[in-house]
Amino acid sequence: MLGVSTKIEELLTSVSDPEIPVLSIMDMGIVRKVELVDNVYRIDITPTYSGCPAMDTIGDDIVSAFEKEDLKAKINLVLAPAWTTGWITERGRKALEDYGIAAPRTAEVDKAALLGEANTIKCTNCGSLNTKMVSRFGSTACKALFQCVDCHEPFDYFKCLK
Amino acid sequence: MLHEKLYDYLLHLGDNSMILGQRLGELCGHGPELETDIALTNISLDLFGQVRNYFQAAAQIKGGDATEDSVAMLRYEHEYKNTYLVEQPNEDFAHVIVRQFFFDVYHQLILNELMNSKNETLVAIAKKSIKEVDYHVDFSSTWVKRLGDGTEESHEKAQTAVSTLWRYSMELFKATETESWAAESRVGPDLDQLKSVYLERVSSILKEATLSLPEETVFQYGAKTGRHSENMGYILAEFQYMQRAYPNMKW
Repeated sequence: MLGVSTKIEELLTSVSDPEIPVLSIMDMGIVRKVELVDNVYRIDITPTYSGCPAMDTIGDDIVSAFEKEDLKAKINLVLAPAWTTGWITERGRKALEDYGIAAPRTAEVDKAALLGEANTIKCTNCGSLNTKMVSRFGSTACKALFQCVDCHEPFDYFKCLK
Repeated sequence: MLHEKLYDYLLHLGDNSMILGQRLGELCGHGPELETDIALTNISLDLFGQVRNYFQAAAQIKGGDATEDSVAMLRYEHEYKNTYLVEQPNEDFAHVIVRQFFFDVYHQLILNELMNSKNETLVAIAKKSIKEVDYHVDFSSTWVKRLGDGTEESHEKAQTAVSTLWRYSMELFKATETESWAAESRVGPDLDQLKSVYLERVSSILKEATLSLPEETVFQYGAKTGRHSENMGYILAEFQYMQRAYPNMKW
């Protein structure tokens, strides 16, 4: 995607989101550009939410992952274009679901679900669609809290951001 | 000159969000229930994230030793440009929600306009922030309706909050010299033009909530130009404590 060597891509894939450790930053879609200038990898990353407290840690993690391979990386935080959940890869969506976080749906489905109009968010425990929203804001800014009516499992839903 | 104005305008935009974010932060661990507690602090986090973007840009303009932290924390009270509305105390949950609602509707309007600003940094920040703020509007509007059209007690408390806080709403739309400059140079919106849409949106939600705006209101103006209410000193005392006690401290 970024036009970088397999090694660099692997290095970046090895860095995960500290709040969702199963999700690599590559699958999250927050690495936007990699450029090699004077032996330094300039890496553009973009935040999921403005106040995402994980960005500094992610930046540090990338730099230290590169340092371990004797490579230099410099992090540049970019705001535009703004991140959307559409940038989460298929592999990322699967990792989320396996981890117990329902992956973001399309904007229309999402709005209906968050307004409590339709049962469209699948329980990550038993797969039932008979779920309800408990709170629009979950354990982090990017998630809402749901509960399964059938198996009673509470779970996070990754909100759609288009 | 142009840079000075832009710096000042960034403070106008950032200070409202920052002081409201601080007010919401006070509720951390004190929300009426866990989910609401988390929601309000999540909104606070969004606002602070947006403020960081404004103040990083402001610090760059200022140059020298200026950082986002110094811009945020090392000013005197009269140098903050936020409105009276956001410095109002939390009082009860109805006040928190109504204050949020009055601000969110304004905030959404402003960001919508800033997406067409002549300043690229502001466009980027606005495009990022609007996604979060749409959600805030949704949250506070839903709660306004739930409280207003709820029990007799929740209705009464919500109506009291509306009647108390409405007097601080129009200051949002009274342009300061800097905001007029922004409008003229198409960096920011013409606030006066947004007023009627604001009134429409607020009135329509309040109507659904069976709440009404007070008939006669003496609107309060002045905080934006530095004449803050007594509340502000207390907010800053807490907000600035660490930086004042331990200058240049970092996490």
